[in-house]
Amino acid sequence: MAKYITKRLLYLLFSLYLIITATFFLMRLAPGNPFTGEKQLPPEIQASLNEHYGLNKPWYVQYGDYLVKIAHWDFGPSFKYNSRTVNDLINDGFPVSLFLGVEAILIALALGTLLGIIAALKHNKWQDYGAMIIAVLGISVPSFIMATVLQYFLAIKWHIFPVARWDSFMHTILPALALASTPMAFIARLTRSSMLEVLANDYIRTAKSKGLGQTAITIKHTIRNALLPVVSYMGPLSAGIVTGSFVIEKIFGIPGLGSHFVMSISNRDYTVIMGVTVFYSIILLSAILLVDIAYGFIDPRIKLTSGKKGE
Amino acid sequence: MKKRLSVFFSMLLVLSMFLTACGGFNKEDKASNESTKKGDSKKSDVPQEMRVNINSEPFSLNPGLANDATSGGVLLQTFEGLTRIDKDGKPQPAMAEKITHSDDLKTYTFKLRDAKWTNGDPVTAEDFVYAWKWALDPKNESQYAYQLYYVKGAQAINEGKAGADTLGIKAVDDKTLEVQLENPTPYFLELTAFYTYFPVNHTVAAKNPKWYAEAGADYVSNGPFKMTGWSHQDKITLEKNDQYWDKDSVKLTKVEMYMINDPNTELSMFDNGELDWAGSPFGTLPTDALKQLKDDGKLNVKPIAGTYWFKFNTEKPPLNNVNIRKALSYAINRQAIVDNITQGGQIPAMAAVPPSMIKENKKGYYKDNDVEKAKEYLKKGLEELGLKDAKDLPPITVSYNTSEAHQKIAQAIQDMWKSNLGIDVKLDNAEWKVYIDKLHKGDYMVGRMGWLGDFNDPINFLELFRDKNGGNNDTKWENPEFKQLLADSAKESDASKRLDILKKAEAIFMDEMPVAPIYFYTNVWVKKDNLKDVVTSGLGDVQLKWAHFE
Repeated sequence: MAKYITKRLLYLLFSLYLIITATFFLMRLAPGNPFTGEKQLPPEIQASLNEHYGLNKPWYVQYGDYLVKIAHWDFGPSFKYNSRTVNDLINDGFPVSLFLGVEAILIALALGTLLGIIAALKHNKWQDYGAMIIAVLGISVPSFIMATVLQYFLAIKWHIFPVARWDSFMHTILPALALASTPMAFIARLTRSSMLEVLANDYIRTAKSKGLGQTAITIKHTIRNALLPVVSYMGPLSAGIVTGSFVIEKIFGIPGLGSHFVMSISNRDYTVIMGVTVFYSIILLSAILLVDIAYGFIDPRIKLTSGKKGE
Repeated sequence: MKKRLSVFFSMLLVLSMFLTACGGFNKEDKASNESTKKGDSKKSDVPQEMRVNINSEPFSLNPGLANDATSGGVLLQTFEGLTRIDKDGKPQPAMAEKITHSDDLKTYTFKLRDAKWTNGDPVTAEDFVYAWKWALDPKNESQYAYQLYYVKGAQAINEGKAGADTLGIKAVDDKTLEVQLENPTPYFLELTAFYTYFPVNHTVAAKNPKWYAEAGADYVSNGPFKMTGWSHQDKITLEKNDQYWDKDSVKLTKVEMYMINDPNTELSMFDNGELDWAGSPFGTLPTDALKQLKDDGKLNVKPIAGTYWFKFNTEKPPLNNVNIRKALSYAINRQAIVDNITQGGQIPAMAAVPPSMIKENKKGYYKDNDVEKAKEYLKKGLEELGLKDAKDLPPITVSYNTSEAHQKIAQAIQDMWKSNLGIDVKLDNAEWKVYIDKLHKGDYMVGRMGWLGDFNDPINFLELFRDKNGGNNDTKWENPEFKQLLADSAKESDASKRLDILKKAEAIFMDEMPVAPIYFYTNVWVKKDNLKDVVTSGLGDVQLKWAHFE
C-alpha cells in the first residue's frame, strides 16, 4: 500500500512538472503581454516593469527561476492587481470556492443518488420517468441558464434569496444549486444504470431467496456495488468544482478562484495563470489519487498493491 | 471495522472543512444584519447608505499607481487633490485654499487650507511633493506617471535621465506649494483634480511602503470618505471621513462598492433593491436592456468625452489613398448604428474631438451617411489608383476585438460599404490583447478603437496622432503642419487663441481622415429615485461628495 502510494506520488510530481512546463511555454506564445493596453507605456516604465517581474531575462532563466519559486510555494506577484501576490489571490479565493463546491457536491450527491436509486427500484414506472426527466434537464440546461432562471424566480419574483454576492449562508444557496444541477443529473443517471446492472446479478437473487427484505438488499448489497462508478466520477468532479466555476462566480459575483482561471488569461497575468494552473493540477491529481485509494475501501476486490489492477 | 473507521474519519474531514469555511462567514453575516436593521428602524430618517457595483477589483488604490477608471472611482471619494471638479464641471480649490499663477501661466502657487488626514496628521505641502516625486520615480513603475509630465522636469525624471530634485515643485513652507510647469497649461487646475496629482501622507508612506495594499490604520486618505474595509475581489466599504475639512457637505454615512463583473446580475440586483445605482460610470448595464429602460423612462444618459472610431492603416493600399478613406468614412450611417446597435443615446461623430471640448463638433465636419459625396470620393480615389471599378480594389479587412457590440457595428459597416460603395469587406476579430498588439504593430487595415479623455481639453485626442510612431497612433499617419499647430498650442497662453489653433489642427486631421469617427460615448445608468446629487463629469468621473438620499 505504502509502496503503491509512493509510486503514485512520484507520478503525480512528474505530471505536475509536465503541466508547468507546457503552460509556461504556451502562455508565452500568446501575443501581447501583461502591459499591453490602449495607452502604450513609455519605454522606460516598460523596462522597469520588465525588470521587476524578471521578464527581461532569457526564457530559460525565467523558467528555472519559476520552478525554484514553485518548489517554495511562492507564485510571485500578480501583474493585474498591484500589491497582491498570487498566493494572496489563492488564499482568498480558494476557501470561498471550496465552500461553494462542497455545498454543491453535497447537494449533487444527495439528490443525484436518491433520484438514481428511486429510478432503478421503480424501473419503467412513473418515478423512473420523472427522475430521468429531471436528469435530462439537469444535463442539457447549461449552468449559466440554470443560474439565471434560479435568480429570476427565487430572488426577483419570490424574494426568497438575494440575487447575488457572497455574504451570508442564504447567499450561497442559489449558486450551489446552479452549480450542482449538472453533476446531480449525471450522478442520477450513473446510479440508475449501475443499480439496474447490479440488481440483475445472481447474488441479489440469492439474497432475495435467503429471505432478506428489500431495504436490506438495497442498502447492503445493491447501493454499495452500484456506487463505484459514482465514486470514480467524484474525483475529477470535485477537483473541478472546489476550484470554482468561472460562469457561476461571475453571475453571482462570488470572490472565488474560478474567475482567475479565465480572467488571468485575457489579462496575460502570467504569474496568476501559472499559479492557478499549478494549484488546480495539484488538486485534480490528488483527487484522482484519493479516488483510487477509496476504491480499495469500497470494493475489496480491487487490490491496490497488485499494480496492474489498481491503476 | 477498520474500513468503517476510515470512512468515518474521511467524512469527519469533509465536515470539518465545511464548518471551517462556515465560520469565516458568520462574523460578516452578523455585521451585515446589523446594518440592515439599522437601516430599517427609522423610516422618516432615510439611511444615507449607498450601494454600487464597480465591476472589478481596482488595480491599485495608491493614487500614484492607479491607472484605470475603477481605481479612480474609489480614489475620487477617498482622496482630494489641490482642486476638485465641482457640480458644473469647473475645478474649484479643494486642498488648496487660494491659487495664484504667474502671467505666463508657468508658475502656480497653492496656499493649502488647514486640512487633516484620516489619522489626524495635517495635510502639508510636503505630502504633495512626496506623492508627485514618488509617482515619477521609474522604480515605482507608475503606468500613469506621464500625467505629471506637465510639471517641469517630470519627463526627464520619469525616464531616469534626471534626479528627483530637479522636479519643478517646491514646498515653500508647510502650507505653501509652488509648481513650475514645462509650458503654459491653461487646464492645469483640472489636472490637479486628477488622481495622479493627489497627495500621499509622507510620514505614513515612509514608515510602511505598502500602506495602500489593504484597508486599515495605514490606509490614510484626505477626501470626503475613508476606506474602512477592502475585501479583495468582493467589496470595498467607505465611511464618511469626520476629519474632512468640508464634512458638512458630505451626507452619505457609508458607501459599499461591490465587485460583480456581470451586467445582467447588476441590473437584477438593482431591480431587487440590492443596489442603489446600476450602470456607468461605476458599473455596466446590459446593452439588451437599454431600450426597455429607455422606454420606461428610467434610463439616464450623459455624453462623455470619448470617441469610438475606426482607424485606417494609412500605409496599406488602398487605404493610403485619402479619397478612398473619405469615401469609406462618408458612407457610414452613424445614426443607424447608434439607434439600432449601441442604443445608449450615443451621438453620431463626424469629428475626432468630443463636443464637450469643442462645441461645434456636435455637428461635425461633414454630413452623416452622405452616400453621394462618398461615391464622388470613391470615383476620384479609383482614378488616382488607376482602377476602373470598386471591385478591383485590394481586399479590405475590418478588425475588431471579440465582443458582441463591436461585432455588430463591424457587420453593419461592412454592409453599408457593400451596398453604398460596392466594396467587399472581410471581418476579422481577435481577443483584446492580441488585437491591441496587432494594432500597435500596424498589422491591420481598418480597426476599431475607442479613446476617452483624461481631462477636458482637445489636446487629449489630437496628440495621439502627433507622431507616426507615437505609442497610440496606430494609423502611421503624420502631418508636419498638424504637428506644428500642436507645438504652437503648447506655447500659447491665451485660452481662446489656443482653442483656435487646436481647431485648425483638427480640421487638417479630418480632411486627411486617418480615422473614421463613429460615435461619441455616453454614460448610461439607472438609479434609485430618491438618490440625489451624484455628480458625474463629462469625463466619466463620478463624485459622491454631495450625494444623498431624500
